[in-house]
Parts: sequence; structure tokens; C-alpha cells
Amino acid sequence: MTASTRALRRATGFGPVLIALALFWLALIIGAPLATVVAEAWSKGSEAFFNIFKQPDALAAIRLTIIVAAIAVPLNAAFGLAAGWSIAKFEFRGKALLLALIDLPLSISPVISGLVWVLVFGARGWFGPILDVAGVKIIFALPGIVLGTILVTVSLIAREIIPLMAEQGSDEELAATTLGAGGWTVFRRVTLPNVRWALLHGVLLCNARAMGEFGAVSVLSGHIRGLTETLPLHVEALYNDYDFVGAFAAASLLAGLAVVTLIAKSALERVGAPRSTT
Amino acid sequence: MTLTIDRIYKQFGRYPALTGVSLEAKDGEFLTLLGPSGSGKTTLLRVLAGLETPDHGCVFLDGVDFLALSARERRIGLVFQQYALFRHMTVAKNIAFGLDVRPRHQRPAHATIKARVDELLSLTQIEGLGGRYPAQLSGGQRQRVAVARALAVEPRLLLLDEPFGALDTKVRKELRGELRRIHDTTGVTTILVTHDQDEAMALADRVVLMNQGRIEQIGTPAELDAAPASPFVFEFLGGCNRLPCEVGGGVARFEGFAAPLVESIPTKDGYGVALFRPADTRLDLGANAAGLPVRIVDIRGRGALRTIECQTLGGLRLTAELTEQAAAAFEAGQRAKLTARRAVIDAQDAARPDASATVEKLASTTSNAVRR
Amino acid sequence: MVALAPSLGTILDVRRRAAWREPSALPGFRGAFAFTLVYAGLIILLPLAALVARPWEHSPADLVHGILQPRTLAALRLSFVAALAAAVVNTAAGLVIAWVLNRYDFPGRRVVDALVDLPFALPTAVAGIALATLYGPNGWIGSLLAPLGVKVAFTPLGVFVALLAVGLPFVVRAVQPVLEDLDTALEEAAQTLGANTLQTFARVILPALSPALLTGFSLAFARGAGEYGSVIFIAGNMPGVSEIGPLVIVTRLEAYDYAGAAAVGLTMLAISLAVLIATNWAQVRLARRGAP
Repeated sequence: MTASTRALRRATGFGPVLIALALFWLALIIGAPLATVVAEAWSKGSEAFFNIFKQPDALAAIRLTIIVAAIAVPLNAAFGLAAGWSIAKFEFRGKALLLALIDLPLSISPVISGLVWVLVFGARGWFGPILDVAGVKIIFALPGIVLGTILVTVSLIAREIIPLMAEQGSDEELAATTLGAGGWTVFRRVTLPNVRWALLHGVLLCNARAMGEFGAVSVLSGHIRGLTETLPLHVEALYNDYDFVGAFAAASLLAGLAVVTLIAKSALERVGAPRSTT
Repeated sequence: MTLTIDRIYKQFGRYPALTGVSLEAKDGEFLTLLGPSGSGKTTLLRVLAGLETPDHGCVFLDGVDFLALSARERRIGLVFQQYALFRHMTVAKNIAFGLDVRPRHQRPAHATIKARVDELLSLTQIEGLGGRYPAQLSGGQRQRVAVARALAVEPRLLLLDEPFGALDTKVRKELRGELRRIHDTTGVTTILVTHDQDEAMALADRVVLMNQGRIEQIGTPAELDAAPASPFVFEFLGGCNRLPCEVGGGVARFEGFAAPLVESIPTKDGYGVALFRPADTRLDLGANAAGLPVRIVDIRGRGALRTIECQTLGGLRLTAELTEQAAAAFEAGQRAKLTARRAVIDAQDAARPDASATVEKLASTTSNAVRR
Repeated sequence: MVALAPSLGTILDVRRRAAWREPSALPGFRGAFAFTLVYAGLIILLPLAALVARPWEHSPADLVHGILQPRTLAALRLSFVAALAAAVVNTAAGLVIAWVLNRYDFPGRRVVDALVDLPFALPTAVAGIALATLYGPNGWIGSLLAPLGVKVAFTPLGVFVALLAVGLPFVVRAVQPVLEDLDTALEEAAQTLGANTLQTFARVILPALSPALLTGFSLAFARGAGEYGSVIFIAGNMPGVSEIGPLVIVTRLEAYDYAGAAAVGLTMLAISLAVLIATNWAQVRLARRGAP
């Protein structure tokens, strides 16, 4: 997250003590759980580990997870870009309120993010009876899982894009306009390239959170194996069935996704940082 | 391309930015909009560019209603204060942008665009920089790119918003000459906004001096210098001596001494402040010479000019600027008579209580003054 | 000569737009703004409106009664107290980690820096089962602690331990940019004026970091109070003892007690927002004091 330009000191005095302390803490809090996932997944050998990819329920869970992310992430990306364009490039009243609204989901418990959709679309929800008559199923089905995931991740891309667009101002866009470019051209050829790294950064985070979402999806899914179970829910189900190797094998897939996300993210920060600072 | 600006009004909230600005620019003319910050010059430029819409008034370019066109349709070249170069595009891409984004049927062929970019790179003397990114350029080079980009669309009007503001003094002087040369080569009607009077006077065919949303005076640099239309113009265009005075019967009295040199300035009777340039100030050692008695305090300077600090009997400091030869006759501590070749009386300033109080005080303490 | 007459369009077009937004030469506001509003309205506002409206649908007494049940109160208390304790520890740990990452060079610094974000990216369920195993009776750490009589898994202490990982990146990432911008000349100036390391830290660096620390603290707290996935596996979920607030919501939803679930959800959200707003206010004041 930080592209450090300052000359770093060799550790002296308190330095080594602080470094040791920091590394010990990180190893305990972050390293140990990650190592546990890997160790448990491989505890019964590779055959037990790869067994997970042969179970239809697990494959269905992987597929559903990908489908949910494939719907939620592009929608949230479109939202982030639209919000960035209108909030950062224009002046209007109520902007602070809109920004607060966009930030709000970050401070909501994932379980509440699931709950609210049940209150709206559940069997006894506001629109439950109408949906029942129409034969549309939202809760305990794909649409509900998608809605919960979107609500949990809606702020992530917008928060990456809005501050950057605001910092860049709108002079480049105005320059493009006076040179005869239309609105869509200005967006595509000037605005979008200027925020592409932030967009990608946001998409990475959003995707990781969407694929790993548990609390909201847990409330909305109905836990039907092979049908409405995403990969994180499948991990829970296997764990509760005392299939620890299976649970940790599935978990290590998700952990792998998280690690890949982090690697891509820090690579992106190194690529994107130099030009965005000029 | 004759530009006609007719009674433009623009208000930001309660703040009037432009209050009835009218102006005409002839084809191929180089105008500078000069004024202090908040005078409305940048707002006027942005109105011309289509970035602001005026509350009232009209703008015509060769008889075409300019305000009816959007910024996109106006085909003007605008150079932004911080240049607003597209940071993710190379210099060549930046310059080609205005041609690249034209609808397919109006877009020149690739080769034509490339030729045009090369032509502009050489016109602005940045050949060889086409492949660089804006972040890899110096401030002066960025400005050249911004000018080249604005010229690429063959604009009907070239507008520049403080284009030298971000540069250091040496580069600024150099680019000033460059810009004038580019203007003379292309012949495009150009309007440049600046707060620097040297810059405005050096570049422009005509200077539009603005203050508080109004135009104070329009004229060639020589006209502004020779016949300032108002005390504001006179003062804005150069450092001034300020001397409180009382005008009565066509004569201005400084500290009770009547000074003949300002008789020619017609103004109402009352208190005012006389403004005159150090360069227009004369000193005379003769005991019977006319003028305001002063004591020479200090003589400074090097080269051909000398600055002589004087003090009136009332304690006011005045400055005279003399050639080296003329100054040789004076030394610090001498008494002399001070006259001004040319002065403007600002009657408005006298409305300030402190100014008129000073005048009254000065007048009373010099009761033994010699009157004509 | 026709042209010199101002066109009617020009005169009428002046400021026809609404006063709530400043005119701009850039196009596309209408479309982007409409999409933003509709999306935010449907995705954020509509469901939250349900959360605010539904607890009251039977009677306000029901709401109060639903919250005041001992089991619910105990769960809410556990969630918020554990989140508070974890946020306090995280603020200290996050400060040290941010400091080490920004000030010292050591092998693997970049890897460690990237690893701090793992709790952001790691699915909570994965963290949950890992922690439950790690601190369980047979786990690497659990088996070390058992002889000492310390039980972490399936106790309230487990909730606290789980939240330590959840909140850490919030503090580190809040502090790092400020630390990055903090001029080393400040420290050097303090040292030339005779301050020792501890004085420099306490009187120069800490005040400059305090708004960021407060931000990190409040984010870690809000996130921790609502955490579900990484907690339920290790908590043991014993009603009244190690059951957390979000689990009460899930339980009530499973019993189709929408109003009851909404009541707990609304209460939790209200407490979290109150803490966020309070710390935000304090942070603004701190920042203003520290402004040059």
C-alpha cells in the first residue's frame, strides 16, 4: 500500500527489538492460521487433498462462487466509475451525504448485510408475498446471494476510484472537451486510463471479498448442497461434518486466492505508483 | 476571425466576476487580459472557451453566436494554467488527440495526423520529444506541448490562461518570445491571461486591463503607457509615488505648496492623491526653482540608472529615477525641488479618512508655506 | 448584422439548470449521477430502510423486549467488549508494525508488508476454521496453552483472539501513509533540541499519528463488533457465554423472527455508527489541532 521512497534506516538501538516484536506478532496472528490451513489440508497426503476436486458438491460450490463474483464485481466496478465521474468531476449539493452512504456498508456487519435482504425479499419480507405470487425466488437462491455479496463489497471499488479522480481534478477532461472530444470519448480515452490502476486494485480487492464472503451469504443461501452453497459455505459444511481434510482443502483454495490477490495487489502498487504520483 | 464580446455579466453566488464586459478582437490580433487576481480575466477566458456560461451577454465569432456552441463545438485552442496534459499519453499522442477524436468521416488519415504532429513539434521546437510522457518533461517543454496540442485542431481562437505562471523567470522570458513568434507564424487570434504587466506589455498588440469585473482600458502598450484612462491603470502599470494633495482652482497643493505640473489634470476640487512615476520625477537644486521642497536621503543603483530617495518636509518618502549623468549632480543630505513631468490625481482615494486626514495635517503644519 | 442581435436561445438558455449543481462544460453528469443514485438507493438505502423500519412493526415494546433478553444482551456485550479489547491491542500492535515497516530495512520487508493485508483478503470462514484448529486442544498453540490452564477455543477469549487478526490491517494501513509523510526533519529537530528517543516519540511522533491511530482503532472496532465468519468456529457459541451478536441475528432469522432479528441488527449498527461518528469527530478535532 505504501510505495516507500524514503531512505530506510538500518535498524539500530530499539530497532532489532521492535522488528522482532512485529515479526513475532504477525507470525502469531497471521502466519500461524495460514500455515494451519496448509498443514491441515495436506495432513492426510495429496490424495486426500485432491479428493476435493472430485466431489460434485465442491465443484458446484466453486462454480457458484465464480458466478456470484462474475456478477457482483462488474456491477460494483460500473458503480464505482459512475460514482467517481459524478462525484469527483462535478459540484453539486449533497455530495457529502452521498459519500457517507457509499462508505456506510463498510461498517455494517456481514450478517446484517444478509439480514436486510431477508427483511426486503424474504418470505415475510416487504416484497416476499408479491414475489411468491410471481414465482420469483430471491432469498435462498442465486439472486439473494448476489445481492448480499454486492452490498458487502459495494464500497470497495468506489473508494479506490473517487479519491483518485478527485485528486486528478477535471482539467484534463476539460482540455479534451475543448479539443472536440465527446463525453464518452473523454471518459474512455482520458479518465479511464488515468484511474486504471486504482480500478484494477479495487477490482482485485472486491473480487477477493466477493469470493470469500461468508456472513451475508450464510444468511441468504439456505445451504442447499450443490445448489446454493458457495465455496466458503462449503468449507463450513465440511468442517461441521468433521471432514477436516476436505474443509481445509477447500479452505486452502480460498487461501490461495487471497495470497494471489495480495501478490497481484503489491505488484500493481509498484507499477501504478510511479505514474500516479507525477 | 473577428471576436465580439458584448456586455458579458457573470456572477458566482453573490460575487460579481464580470460586470458588463465588451470587447472586440481583430483577426490575427494578440490580446492580453491583464489585471490583479479577482479582476475577472480568467472568468472571461473561460467564458470564451465554453467552460463557463455567462449570466447575460453575447459572444460572436465572425458573426456566429459563440455561446450557442458547446466547448466541444467551438474549436478553440485552450492552454491551461497547469497545462492539463494527458499524463498517460506520449507527447505525440497528446498533440494528435484533437484530431484523433474527430468523427471518422472528418478524421484526417494517419499519415496526415503524423505529419501535422511533426510540424507542430518543430514549430514549438520540441522535435524528438514526441515519444516522451509529460512526467518526463521540464516545465517549459510541457508548456510547448500544451501550445502544440491546442494548435493541432487549427483553432479559430487560441486562449492561454497564465501560461507562464508555473515557470521560473529565465524560462519565462525565453518562452514569451517563442509564443509571440508562434503567433506571428500561425496568425491565429490569440488571447492570453496574465497578472504580470511586463508580460502583457511585451506580448500584446493590445492590452485589456481589467479590474473588479470591468475593463479599465483597452489599448496598445504604448497607449496605456502614454494615456492611462484611470488612476488604477496608471498605478497598475508601474511603481508609483503617492502624494496626498488638495485640488482647488485647477491647482494641486502638496503639503501646502502649489505644484504647477499637475495643473493640466482636470479634476474636481477636493482632496486627492497624486500618482506619478519615479521615472517622471525631476529634481532641481536651484534655490528659486519651482516645485516641492524635499531633502535627498539616499542615492542607490548601478548601471545607467540611479534611484534617489527623497523626503518631503512633512516626512513623506518619494522616489526619483534619474540617469547616471543626471544623478551625478546630487548627493545625500541636499535640499532640492521636486517636480513631476506627468501625474494623475486619484480623487477616489481621498475619500479614505486616513488619506484626507493626512492631507489636512500636512496642510496645517506647513502654514508658512509659500503660496503662489 | 443579423448576428449582432443576441439570439433568443442564448438569452433564454442562461442558467436554466437547477441551482443545486454548478454548471460544467463536461457532459455525462445526468447519466452517471442517475445510475449512482439508483444503484446506491437499491443496494444500500432500500435494505437499510427495511432494517430501520421493521423492528417497530409489532410494537415498540417488542423491540425493547427483544433486545433486553439476557441472552441477547450477553451476546451484544461479548461482541462489543471483545471488539473493544481487540481494537485496543490492535492499535498498539498496528503502530509498532507500521513503524517497523516504514522505518527499518530488513530482509523480507516487502513480503511482510503485503502479508499485513491478508485478513482483508482471506475469507473469514477460512480464518475461522484455522483459528479453531490452531487454538483447539490439539492445535499448535492450543496444546501449548492447555498445560498452563489457559483455554482459548470455545470460550469468550477465543472471540477476542479471532478479532486480533481481523482488525490489525485497519490500524497498520491507517498509520502507514501518515508515517510516510511525517518529515524525519521533525524527529531530527527534536533530537537536536536535546530530546531523547522516548521524548521524541511521545511528544513529536505520537501526537502526529494520533488521528490516524484513532481512525484505525474505530475501523477495527466496527469491523470486529460485526465479525461473524472468523469468530463462530472458535467461539463455541454457548448462549449467554460465548455467543456473539451476529449469531443471535442468524438464530432469530432461522425462527422467522424478522422483527427480532432486525431489532438486534439495528441496535448493533446504531452502536457501531455512534462509535464511528464519535471517533470521527474526535479525529477532526485532533487533526485541526495538529494542522500547521
